Amino acid sequence: MNKLSLMGLFGLVVRRDLLLAMRRRADVLTTLIFFVMVVSLFPLGVGPEMDMLRKMASGVVWVAALLASMLSLPRMFSADHADGTLEQMMLAPQSLSVLVLGKIVAHWMLSGLPLALIAPVLGLQFDMSPQALWILVLALLLGTPVLSMIGAVGAALTLGLRGGGVLVSLLVLPLCIPVLIFGAGAVEAVTSGMSVVSNLSFLGAFMLFALVFTPFVAAQALRISME
Amino acid sequence: MAINWFKYSAPTTFYGLAGKLIPFFAWPAAIFFAIGLYIGFFVAPTDATQSEAYRIIFLHVPASILSMFIYLIMAGYAALGLIFKTRLSSMMAQALAPTGALFAFISLWSGALWGKPMWGAWWVWDARLTSELILLFLYLGYIALHASIEDVRRADRASALLAIVGSVNVPIIYFSVKWWNTLHQGATIKMTGTSMHIAMQQAMFAVLAACWLYVIAVTLARVRSIILEREANTQWVNDLPEVKQIDGGRS
Amino acid sequence: MQVQGANGSGKTSLLRTLCGFIQPDEGEILWRGKRVGDLGEDYHAELLYLGHLNAIKDELNALENLEMSAGLAGYTVTEQQAIAALRRMGLQRREHLPVRVLSQGQRRRVALARLLISDAHLWILDEPLTALDVGAVGLMQELIGEHLSNGGMTIFTTHQPLQVAGVETRQLTLV
Repeated sequence: MNKLSLMGLFGLVVRRDLLLAMRRRADVLTTLIFFVMVVSLFPLGVGPEMDMLRKMASGVVWVAALLASMLSLPRMFSADHADGTLEQMMLAPQSLSVLVLGKIVAHWMLSGLPLALIAPVLGLQFDMSPQALWILVLALLLGTPVLSMIGAVGAALTLGLRGGGVLVSLLVLPLCIPVLIFGAGAVEAVTSGMSVVSNLSFLGAFMLFALVFTPFVAAQALRISME
Repeated sequence: MAINWFKYSAPTTFYGLAGKLIPFFAWPAAIFFAIGLYIGFFVAPTDATQSEAYRIIFLHVPASILSMFIYLIMAGYAALGLIFKTRLSSMMAQALAPTGALFAFISLWSGALWGKPMWGAWWVWDARLTSELILLFLYLGYIALHASIEDVRRADRASALLAIVGSVNVPIIYFSVKWWNTLHQGATIKMTGTSMHIAMQQAMFAVLAACWLYVIAVTLARVRSIILEREANTQWVNDLPEVKQIDGGRS
Repeated sequence: MQVQGANGSGKTSLLRTLCGFIQPDEGEILWRGKRVGDLGEDYHAELLYLGHLNAIKDELNALENLEMSAGLAGYTVTEQQAIAALRRMGLQRREHLPVRVLSQGQRRRVALARLLISDAHLWILDEPLTALDVGAVGLMQELIGEHLSNGGMTIFTTHQPLQVAGVETRQLTLV
């Protein structure tokens, strides 16, 4: 038997979560369908005038992405918690923060990434220009990881609680507002001619900041919840 | 087990001390409040550009300032409880939260009351008001998390972590909202001019002092009831005169 | 060491505290003379914990589960080793079935297969005999005996007394 390196363990965790999701495809699909539905609800609510919809577009897509991500958060740890694998992860001889990061990456690949890839199609419903669509995808690719990361902390804190997805959303949504502001702002900057780069840089900064801190904080939250 | 260096850091002794201290804060609070509101509503001159309605800022500004400070203090106590495992610190954090939320709420209401005469709308998306709203959400999240966890120790530690994460985020959120506000050229609620009449300053400080004293008094009272709740099964609680009275009356 | 006690006497809590999940209010836990909290991951490397829950994923098959368990314990395991372990646990010809379709007893055996591929020094087992039939109980006795004769340590709780050949088990009874 050979020793497994840290990177190896990270890869194992990501692979495992992806494999599990493949065998339960419904979870990933429901998140996507929810996303599409929420975006489509807005025109139904506010009317079909293209001018107004165009202005609302980036905000609507972003809010829907936020909500769809929130929906999928409880799943991050709950299944492992229920069958005892989470305990085993906490007893691993490698840093729990790295394992948590692996789970976050897998979660993002199953929620944020598909959302970002499908968003252009939805953007077309709102008559967004091609440049705007590109920036939308880029912004979502930068912003959704942060949602997964902050969400991981929330999911870890609410492990096993009855409130479920609603409680996590209550805790996590306020913290995600900066991502929303700069993410939607980046897309609007395209149409208003202002600087896209500054918005995207902020998103990038958030992502780096979250990357450094959230795995550790989430690992602490797991320890608190599992006591 | 940690050594109690300070005699009053144990809930048992703090209970008594808190009880004795409350009047020393409650009465001055009431007095300062009366003074502040009197000056604010009757003595301070009418503002040139805004009508009488501006006087609500004497409540709005202290409430805003305090709502933010209380969050930081609450997070501080929570962090102490998390790191040093002192029970009283966690209880203080739990005691501060509702008051902080209340002040955030008052700040929002008073902001709205101010905005209505000025802008004609009950709510404007001013950067500070919006940040205040988010702060209220953070408070509510903290309270909700603590209430959702049955095991008190886990509840204290989980909400402490949340409060710490929230504190780090508050500057980020505030900055983002400011950016958002300037981007969209939203409404800005400004203070009157650059120089405030001396009476206005006096009123402001008086109400601010009153609010601080009120917070201390109310928190002390609340922490006493939290202590009672948590230690309900211990001997010393059941020996307290006020508890004996209730039990005596019942049986 | 065998930990005994009535239901609710705190056996599981004790074991979980030994694992480091729960912080003790008083006292400390030392492994090889150092505090468990300070050792952190080094302690984990020498520890194998089996609780009430099986720690296996229903959607994976037995082989995949074993591979994952090994990975989480810090090492890789070849397919031959895994199959051999499962065979010894009586699960031959079931290695590729999703664990979902196995019975409770078989799932417990998959969980126990970890013991065969682990080189952990300390085994902490919480009611390892639950859901096992007589044959499997005998197998467990063998495994624990082998582990002990290799210089390992085992702490377990059980309602049934467990005789391990040739070894004096220390008893701890909780009230």
